[in-house]
Amino acid sequence: MFKEEIILTNETGLHARPASLFVKKASKFSSEIIVTKNGKEYNAKSIMGILSMGAAKGDTISIEAEGNDEEEAIKALINLVKNNFKE
Amino acid sequence: MKAIGTSSGIAIGKVLVYKEPELIIELKQIDDIDFEIKRLDKAIKKGIEEVQDLYDETLENVGEEEAQIFNAHKMMLEDPEFIDGIKSKIKEKKVNVEWAVKEVSNQFIELFENIEDEYLRARALDLKDVSKRLLRELLGIKSTDLRTLKEKCILVAEDLTPSDTAQMNKDMVIGFVTELGGKTSHTSIMARTLEIPAVAGVKDITQITSNEDMMIIDGSEGLILLNPSEHEIKVYENKKSEYERFNKKIQQMKGEKSISKDGVKIEIVANIGTPKDVDSVIQKDGEGVGLYRTEFLYMDSDNMPTEDEQFEAYKIVAERLKGKPVIIRTLDVGGDKDIPYLNLPEEMNPFLGYRAIRLCLDRTDIFKIQLRALLRASAFGNIKIMFPMISNIKEIRDAKRILEEAKNELRNENISFNEDIEIGIMVEIPAVAIHSDIFAKEVDFFSIGTNDLIQYTVAVDRGNQDISYLYSQYHPAVLKLIKMTIENGHKQGIWVGMCGEAAGDEKLIPLLLGMGLDEFSMSPSSVLKARWIIKNTSKKEIEPMLDKILSLPTAEDVEKFIDENIIG
Repeated sequence: MFKEEIILTNETGLHARPASLFVKKASKFSSEIIVTKNGKEYNAKSIMGILSMGAAKGDTISIEAEGNDEEEAIKALINLVKNNFKE
Repeated sequence: MKAIGTSSGIAIGKVLVYKEPELIIELKQIDDIDFEIKRLDKAIKKGIEEVQDLYDETLENVGEEEAQIFNAHKMMLEDPEFIDGIKSKIKEKKVNVEWAVKEVSNQFIELFENIEDEYLRARALDLKDVSKRLLRELLGIKSTDLRTLKEKCILVAEDLTPSDTAQMNKDMVIGFVTELGGKTSHTSIMARTLEIPAVAGVKDITQITSNEDMMIIDGSEGLILLNPSEHEIKVYENKKSEYERFNKKIQQMKGEKSISKDGVKIEIVANIGTPKDVDSVIQKDGEGVGLYRTEFLYMDSDNMPTEDEQFEAYKIVAERLKGKPVIIRTLDVGGDKDIPYLNLPEEMNPFLGYRAIRLCLDRTDIFKIQLRALLRASAFGNIKIMFPMISNIKEIRDAKRILEEAKNELRNENISFNEDIEIGIMVEIPAVAIHSDIFAKEVDFFSIGTNDLIQYTVAVDRGNQDISYLYSQYHPAVLKLIKMTIENGHKQGIWVGMCGEAAGDEKLIPLLLGMGLDEFSMSPSSVLKARWIIKNTSKKEIEPMLDKILSLPTAEDVEKFIDENIIG
């Protein structure tokens, strides 16, 4: 199991286009990926889950992956957030 | 049946009633869970195929941005939370798949709708769409997909939304009939753009007709014939080919010069609201832009457009018209056009109030930014500046003084612009028309704005339906003011144009030619027809009739005189 915390620094947060990029990226991995905000868990591969989480700029989220490619998954998703969703 | 013709032409064909199918979902207790889940998987698979097709088609025919919405739909159809939610509902509650889809969709829709956020609200709409798609699939209800029309048809609907018309297969729709709407509704504008006939305001037509009915629509007359006789079909087929012949003649006006039968050269230009409208100006062979309404730049935004944003918009229009004249009107807001972030005070009489140049001369900060943007763009084409709502000479002088200030600033900043940029005013207040001999000395051109000139001359609010019968461009007093303005302009050696609806009115064009109007500015779709009229009219033949026309007692008399003696 891999887990990392990160603060959202892009303007829109995990929302709109960033949210969809995040879900698309997460869906590329076979591991199960969970995003946690304020103690609540959301499925990283679900656009509806991520959107309903409503994470805004400045919020801290933690990303947790479990499976064959858990390490790559966390790396890729953390990078995406770090680079403010610019690929 | 008689209604409002909103786009001219004749169509004869089969009816297609476009209605959202009603989805009735009943709750059923089920035993065979696997069966329900298989049905769900099948419906999802089909749904994904459909939205993928829609994505591909929209990408090809419209554009990337518009296609993205179907990508979002696809993501929803593949969404594990959504799908698993439905599946567990089926398993745990032992309910039919339709019911589960509806319940789970509604949960998410409610969740999105309850968050104060425009983006999520829009997703709620997407989800509604997705959920309907699944339910239609499950219930075996075919929705009329306007994209995949296989046969030519006349579309009959309550009204059409921009997304309906955007996705519609434009080659298969030969006419619109709607219950709602008028000349300016989206459907009507779309019909005119597509050049197909349309009739609006036909009560209950979606109830009265059904698919496969035959229908004739005459968009010029606002007529509908349902299940016409063979004789009627024959009559209208003749009318249709006549109309098409005429239309062909008009299309041949592309690339022609606008010269009257007796050799008088005039200019036919177009009115635009956004840089995008230049497409149709070019397509319809407009000889330039006679009125660029800049207020849309301000109205379509949440905040004041910056100098650079404005510059880009003006520059692109000037460049695309490659040296043809582009008359840009400075900010014309107030009255019926509000801009929230300006916090304009509410007025008892907004049309007589704080608007257009009056506002600009008060808020010189806003005005200066626009003038700087206009001047900078003038280096890239043939831009002319026009001030709206002038009622007083001092306003012209003040506006020109601020323009000089802007020019000086640019000179100091070493930014180039057209030093000899032409300055004109809208003639839309009767005081200016009456005093036009004096006003003409202050400017390089006049452009008569008939929409306001009529409303101020006859004291009729042009938005008020109850008194609309009093609003007429054929009112002899209005025509006198127009003639006076043209003559006074010419006496002072300046050119005179017109940018109201009247400039594109086929009955008035001959009269205006006779009065000596130099430039006619109209909606792009009217340009070619106007050119055809000009080429078939002789100024010398109209001139001697003017005194007679201007001495007629009423607007109705004027219209009748034109019908009997000039048109036809």
